[in-house]
Amino acid sequence: MLTQIITFLIFVAVIGCILYGRKLIKTEKVDAVFGNPERALGGTHWVIVGSSFLLLVWLYYSWDIAKGFYPKSANELCQVAKVNDSLLGLKYQFPIEEREFKSTSQIKKENKNLNLILNEIQNSQEIDNQQKTVLAGFIKKTNQLIPLLTNEDLIENETKQKINGITGKINLLTENFQKPDYPFETEQELNERLKAVSEEGGWGIVKVQSGTGSIENTMEVPLIPATNKGLKFHAAAQQLNLISDEFFKLRNHNPQFKNQIKKLKDDIKSYRKNLSDSEEVVSTYAKNIVKIARRIEFASIYPPNALDKMQNAIIKFDNAQLKTQGGLRFIDILLFPAGTIVASGPSCSEQGSGRWLPKPSDTFNKFILMSKPSVGYKDIPLLWIDMVDVSKMIGFILPDWIADILPGEYPVHTKDGIVKENFKGNVLKVVTGDFKLFKVPVPYGHIWDSFLRVFLGLVFGIIIGVPLGLFMGLNRFAKGFFDPLIELYRPVPPLAWAPLIISVLGIDNTGKVFLLFMVSLSIMIISARAGASGTQLSKIHAAHSLGASKRQILRHVIFPNSLPEILTGIRVAVGMCWGTLVAAEFLAGTTGIGFVENVAKKYFQYEVIWITIFIMGMLGLLFDITLRKIIDKTIPWRGKG
Amino acid sequence: MSDLISQNLNMIFKTPKGETVHALKDLNFTLKKGELLTVLGPSGCGKTTLLNITAGFIRPTSGIITLNNKEIDGPGVERGMVFQQGALFEWLTVAENVNFGLRMKKEDPIQTAKKVDEWLEIVGLRGFGNTPTYQLSGGMQQRVALARCLINDPDLILMDEPLGALDALTREKMQSLVLKIWKETGKTIILITHSVEEALLLGERLYVMAPRPGRIHKEYNLPFATMGLKEDLREIKKNKDFSTKREEILEMIWNMEEEIMGKDI
Repeated sequence: MLTQIITFLIFVAVIGCILYGRKLIKTEKVDAVFGNPERALGGTHWVIVGSSFLLLVWLYYSWDIAKGFYPKSANELCQVAKVNDSLLGLKYQFPIEEREFKSTSQIKKENKNLNLILNEIQNSQEIDNQQKTVLAGFIKKTNQLIPLLTNEDLIENETKQKINGITGKINLLTENFQKPDYPFETEQELNERLKAVSEEGGWGIVKVQSGTGSIENTMEVPLIPATNKGLKFHAAAQQLNLISDEFFKLRNHNPQFKNQIKKLKDDIKSYRKNLSDSEEVVSTYAKNIVKIARRIEFASIYPPNALDKMQNAIIKFDNAQLKTQGGLRFIDILLFPAGTIVASGPSCSEQGSGRWLPKPSDTFNKFILMSKPSVGYKDIPLLWIDMVDVSKMIGFILPDWIADILPGEYPVHTKDGIVKENFKGNVLKVVTGDFKLFKVPVPYGHIWDSFLRVFLGLVFGIIIGVPLGLFMGLNRFAKGFFDPLIELYRPVPPLAWAPLIISVLGIDNTGKVFLLFMVSLSIMIISARAGASGTQLSKIHAAHSLGASKRQILRHVIFPNSLPEILTGIRVAVGMCWGTLVAAEFLAGTTGIGFVENVAKKYFQYEVIWITIFIMGMLGLLFDITLRKIIDKTIPWRGKG
Repeated sequence: MSDLISQNLNMIFKTPKGETVHALKDLNFTLKKGELLTVLGPSGCGKTTLLNITAGFIRPTSGIITLNNKEIDGPGVERGMVFQQGALFEWLTVAENVNFGLRMKKEDPIQTAKKVDEWLEIVGLRGFGNTPTYQLSGGMQQRVALARCLINDPDLILMDEPLGALDALTREKMQSLVLKIWKETGKTIILITHSVEEALLLGERLYVMAPRPGRIHKEYNLPFATMGLKEDLREIKKNKDFSTKREEILEMIWNMEEEIMGKDI
């Protein structure tokens, strides 16, 4: 319903904005010549057209429009696909969609294979002439098997009757299929089917059950026919499966053929038995000839006109089913671009753009679902607040050895089994956080974890990198000493360090924060260094003659003068850290937005993949906007000094 | 007693190519307290080197320069400096720039604020205390630089082409300001300039320096600075004595330039 309204609104918005834009162009001043940048100013209406267009492409190629307007179409197409799947084997025997009969192409193929082997044998250096003659004889005999199958006069009456029986069944199916009440479902069957349909659920995510299980339970395409038209195709598909099984069990083996092939097989078998170990090559050739003979045996090779009636029956049925599809064909062509619903065996799936491009409505529903702290992803919410006792933080910050170094002993239990606390024991309780204070809200979840990693890596990078960079910009020793160190690790792509760091420091926060620290450190050092060495000498001179000490010059002149460079460095570092983090979370981890995407990839949860992509984009944008605001606030003099 | 005395000052630079440049050779002069010295000369005659040595930013190769009988050894508060481009700290406001020296000495903030107001009044920037310096015009920036230097109460003020980057009108106003400050504070001032007129107008004494090696070529004692305290500067420029001196010095500098560059044919 929502999709229908949105689609309608998009069309209204696009048409409205285009009309408005045209009107604006007509009323615009003529003096705005081409090349004047002012012509690019404004244009919110084109923004609407652009974003509407994007949304429309998304709606269309994810087949959400099809879902919105024809929610049953996927189910019906699934039934049609079942028919096509069942019909495929039969159709394949005839030049209906192929160029030639299956029999023809198989004869061509096996003749070619026999010729190849013959050539190889004749040119072989390892086989003596006598054996060459024997092998050539086998090949000739194999070749002579084919006419025994394709001769109209040799075909057995029983086989003919069976072919006629199959043809009759196809014709009957065609006749029944065109009747409106096919497949003559009883009231009870109807009720059972409808019950099964409602239990199975709809296409994609239509209903969202409370609880954790409902994400995984969404159907890609519902299988049980929900409509009468669908049921028709479903029943026909089942019937066709039986027919096609019957046909493929059928063999065109007349007595002459049977004798010939048995004799050939026996001959080759005994011949191979008598070969010595040194004649392995000959044996292999003989084995290959038998293989071809067997392929001919099991291929459905028939005389050229034996299956004509059956072919006509299949074509008739195919036309009948195409006609019965009616409007569904146009829905398939128009509303399922770049792919369609396909069936293979008992299941149906989306194939094409609808598969990897999740429907906006599904994505939105899943996002809402995942945002719920009780659902989240892998039992961890995306972003939520946990009430944590302050004592836990105190216990985390204070090291435990504070209690150890106090004089005295920890309490020992008495013979009555009672432990009496003493001062040292109480201190231990405090430093391990084993007490109760008030609780404070602490955010947690996948998004928060990713954010915190970037933040900590960045903060450590700034704390170490900025002073070191300034120092390196001002001091020859520092520059000379640290330069090789930094220049050695900096050009290595950060992800190349990731496997090493993760295996040394673990898959949890420590490894990732350290990796991000490495990324931000080199950037911060370089920018702080550039800032420091870019300080105008006259400013330092001025500060000197105003009586500032070295430390004061560093604090009040060189540092503020480097701020623009440092802040630009931070901005670059944030981008780099964000990119590296997501990739590092891909490699290993148990939380984080990159982890979510990686797991979603394993289970082909395209909605989740797109949601994570969206979240990452938004977070990256948020970082950048925040930093831009900070830069504008802190260094308004940038570029004006 | 607070004289600036230079004895046999020599400064020899080595260029990266290994050539030696004799920037200053055997410079001897004495500047009494309260005198205004202008230094004039063609490019490369060692004017700025002399100033940097006096400020203590560089050490002379040989010779001694003393202020108040104390050898100059590194930069100090008693020698204030005003630079060509102002060299203001653009991340600070006008007031923060002016009180920079006092803040570094950690003086009483209330006293400092009072002093800042006084000095902003003197240089004609009243009410600009909270303006960020990057919003000021070139002339205003130079006024801030002057106030920033003077608030420290230095014995000697060194000015390195302070008015070089200003337009003619602003320059004239600033020249009056320099004279006014000189008169009111009685400071010793060394002012380096490229402009012959400025050197004549402002200098109580004037050194014309010659290049290669850098040395004092000629010395003048001039009346115009004292006149400028009372009269309009433009009137002084019409003075006949002023124009004769101007032509004489210009001629002198032209000859030096020809000596270096070769005569134009």
